[in-house]
Amino acid sequence: MAMTIDTALPVGRALRLRLDRDELIKRGLMVVIALYLVVALAAPLAIMLSKSFSTYSFDLARFEFQVSDKDGNWSKPTTAEALNKALNAVPPAKLGTNSDGRLQATSFFPDFSFRSPVKYKIRGTTTDAAYLVGLKLQSGTKWQELTSNDFRRVMLRPSRALGLENYVAYFSTPTLFRSIENSVFIAFISTIVTVGLAFGFAYALNRSCMRFKDAFKLVAMVPILVPSLLPGIALIYLFGNQGLLKDLLMGVPIYGPLGIVVGSVFFAFPHAMLIISTALAISDQRHYEAAASLRASSWRTFWTVTIPGARYGLISAAFVVFTLVITDFGLPKVIGGQYNVLAVDIYKQVIGQQNFEMGAVVSVILLVPAIAAFIVDRMVTKKQVALLSARSVPYQPNPNRGFDTLCFAWCSLVAIFILGIMVTSQFAALVKLWPYDLSLSLKHFAFDRMDGGGWGSYYNSIRLAALTAVIGTVIIFVGAYMVEKTDGFRSGRTAFQFLAMLPMAVPGMVLGLAYIFFFNDPANPLHAIYGTMTILVVCTITHFYTVGHLTALTALKQIDQEFEPVAASLKQPFYKLFARVTVPVCLPAILDISIYMFVNAMTTVSAVVFLYSKDTTLASVAVLNMDDAGDVAPAAAMAMMIFYTNAAARLIHMFLSKALIKRTQAWRMR
Amino acid sequence: MNQKKNFVLAAVATMLLSSAAWAETELTVYTAIEAEDLKRYAETFNQDHPDIKLNFIRDSTGVITAKLLAEKDNPQADVVWGLAATSLLVLKSEGMLEAYAPKGADQLKPNFVDTDTPPSWVGMDAWAASICFNTVEGGKLGLTAPKSWKDLTKPEYKGHVVMPNPASSGTGYLDVSSWLQLFGEKDGWTYMDGLHQNVAAYTHSGSKPCKMAAAGETVIGISFEFRAAKSKAEGAPIDIIIPEEGIGWDMEASAIVAGTAKEEAAKTLLDWSVSKKANEMYNVGYAVVAMPGVAKPVPHLPADIEGKMIKNDFEWAANNRNTILEEWTKRYDSKSEPKS
Repeated sequence: MAMTIDTALPVGRALRLRLDRDELIKRGLMVVIALYLVVALAAPLAIMLSKSFSTYSFDLARFEFQVSDKDGNWSKPTTAEALNKALNAVPPAKLGTNSDGRLQATSFFPDFSFRSPVKYKIRGTTTDAAYLVGLKLQSGTKWQELTSNDFRRVMLRPSRALGLENYVAYFSTPTLFRSIENSVFIAFISTIVTVGLAFGFAYALNRSCMRFKDAFKLVAMVPILVPSLLPGIALIYLFGNQGLLKDLLMGVPIYGPLGIVVGSVFFAFPHAMLIISTALAISDQRHYEAAASLRASSWRTFWTVTIPGARYGLISAAFVVFTLVITDFGLPKVIGGQYNVLAVDIYKQVIGQQNFEMGAVVSVILLVPAIAAFIVDRMVTKKQVALLSARSVPYQPNPNRGFDTLCFAWCSLVAIFILGIMVTSQFAALVKLWPYDLSLSLKHFAFDRMDGGGWGSYYNSIRLAALTAVIGTVIIFVGAYMVEKTDGFRSGRTAFQFLAMLPMAVPGMVLGLAYIFFFNDPANPLHAIYGTMTILVVCTITHFYTVGHLTALTALKQIDQEFEPVAASLKQPFYKLFARVTVPVCLPAILDISIYMFVNAMTTVSAVVFLYSKDTTLASVAVLNMDDAGDVAPAAAMAMMIFYTNAAARLIHMFLSKALIKRTQAWRMR
Repeated sequence: MNQKKNFVLAAVATMLLSSAAWAETELTVYTAIEAEDLKRYAETFNQDHPDIKLNFIRDSTGVITAKLLAEKDNPQADVVWGLAATSLLVLKSEGMLEAYAPKGADQLKPNFVDTDTPPSWVGMDAWAASICFNTVEGGKLGLTAPKSWKDLTKPEYKGHVVMPNPASSGTGYLDVSSWLQLFGEKDGWTYMDGLHQNVAAYTHSGSKPCKMAAAGETVIGISFEFRAAKSKAEGAPIDIIIPEEGIGWDMEASAIVAGTAKEEAAKTLLDWSVSKKANEMYNVGYAVVAMPGVAKPVPHLPADIEGKMIKNDFEWAANNRNTILEEWTKRYDSKSEPKS
């Protein structure tokens, strides 16, 4: 008797040990992917954000002057600070400046005349005090003697410090400040419209028996296949001052909020559709049977079963759309007119004025919605209940003529909007000279004469897209699995979740610049990847991490948490469960993530524009460059080439997934 | 057998070594030159110097300048060939340029070379502000073509003028700084107050206003002349107007990036970039080039551009950029809400 107890105990311990090893591997993997996110996202961003606290001001104590009389007798050295105290030439408020600040040295000499024979000497009191003589950078504590005429050209340069002055400057400039209001307004309206349209569309795809579902699915994904610049170009052709349908707007200009909203709905639609559709794809037939047996009206069933089931997807979609719209700069740049938004302000500060510090401040402000999104997301997730338990029965819609027709009409409207934009773009790419010579020609497709590297760029883009799709999907899905199906380790998971949500909120331009500052530092051991394809892949995966992560999470949340304990009790290691159950069940989502990464890598511009090098020019950057150079039609043509490539990839993906899903998703059918 | 093997190995080794010795120098060149010109420039350069391979990073002026400044602590570029002089002045005042007097730089027009000795940069060609006027749309609205900057403030042009935003476009700043130099500080701002009443939109790119005029999206676009000539060559119904008062201008210029490891090759490129052959090459697209007596008329461009170019004080424009942009933004950008 005693013997049996002795032998039973070690077995029990072994079982627990086995579980621990599983957990250890899971946590280890999670840490590895978290480390990736830290290096590829958090560290570069931290450097970028530290820029927002870099302030510049003129430190007058750092400069010393001497003045001679006509006979060459030098006065006693005086600092600029002492001179300013006596004269109050430059009030303290004017001493704050930016990295490009210049202060004329003659401001401290009220009787200065460039014709006088008086001579001047200048030196720094510290070695790093910098000043310009005729734009030539000088520094150091050695006296420099200058004639009046040269002294006129002396400009003091500011010194760097840490502080909040940039934020003060930002919030005291009404022009900049108003952009917050504009951005939020645009993003809010676009979100409501996009999520509404996308929900109806996804609902029709998943819950009706209408015809042409596959065709609609294809059309809905079209906007993801093109650069966000394209709807802007198309809308101008349609509704601009020379637009084909200009009269439809009844005098409201397309330039401004209207254009931004319509274009945003176009490019954000597939993102919302993808997430909501995943949420609606899996549902439990038993809930509907219960509702029917309780004689609930279909309206009531919709609000009590369908919406709560899709709630997580809806909220995720809303935040994805909101942040996508608020961070996009291509579209408002093309069609925003004088309507200032935050993302364009970054462009103005960074590209227009090379003021990285103020650009960083605007970036920080753009991060606020992301943090809000994260908090709300956490709150919703807590209440999320798995819809697909081990005992679930997949939902199969029944034909209903009236409802199916309604669904068909809804989807058709959306499809016409999307296809209309695409047809217009194709038209724009073919017309010789809009609107004066409408004859068609293929001359805009001769990319070899244009910016961006011709066919080489095109192949680079495909290489980037393929690498991003494969590597990105693995990283994202494994990361999402570890975060969703790990027990305990709460703080680690929360931190991971935050890192995964962050990329969505980071404008590509900010990410790209952050990469320069981080990876081009010779002290960085990862410096070697700067200027290679690797950095483009890393940057692109990181940039598009969030939507993939959310898609994976939405799919994973619908798998009952009971699967893990069951597997453990059957003494199966987690990776077997992962390979045999999780991956096959989530295969539709995994395939969606990979194609999402592929097409976005083909179309992305804003981040990679700072990172490509001579061997890694990209087709999407070529589009931007051509549009910038004024070659709108060739830009449209190249954008359409990207579209056709993506469409082909998407078709291949569709056939592939059809075949795979038939093998792995048979359990969904009854 | 063994001996033969050794011999082959030795031969291979010698070949490898010698090919390494003969390997061409590669220069990383940052540029904002239009792509279709760039290919031609590289080919022409390689006719004379086949041993130097030029690897271009090409983008718009703003992006290239931002990239150079962001890489300040660890420059990736060896040479900047074809970037706005105003951008090079920013780099110069950051101490990022290596001063070097290219052989033959003294042959260039003096205002095309940095005033310091040795110069930090040398000019290639100039591009100047000009007005694009769409004759078809102008005719429909019964508008006459403007002749001067002052004409643009006439009430009849209200809502028909588009110009680049100086806070996002170098061309926009070029316009603003040239008006302040032409009319004086006080009258310059008064002029812009009047102009603002007529402006329909401020764009983010310098070429866009002319592009919009070419497509009939606006009647009058304030832009620069070589872009306008390109649109006109494509058949757009625009007139290129050089305002009477004089026009602001900037030049494309080249410089060696301080700290380059390939100084010899970089100097070779700079020497070549001021040569007669190079200037003739620039002249294909640009009416005004750095070397006197080289320029031939360019199709679609007015002949008197160089005579109309103001005496542009680049140093003043660079030193006062912050102040001017602040004032401009305060006056016009906060008011520039869409007209509803």
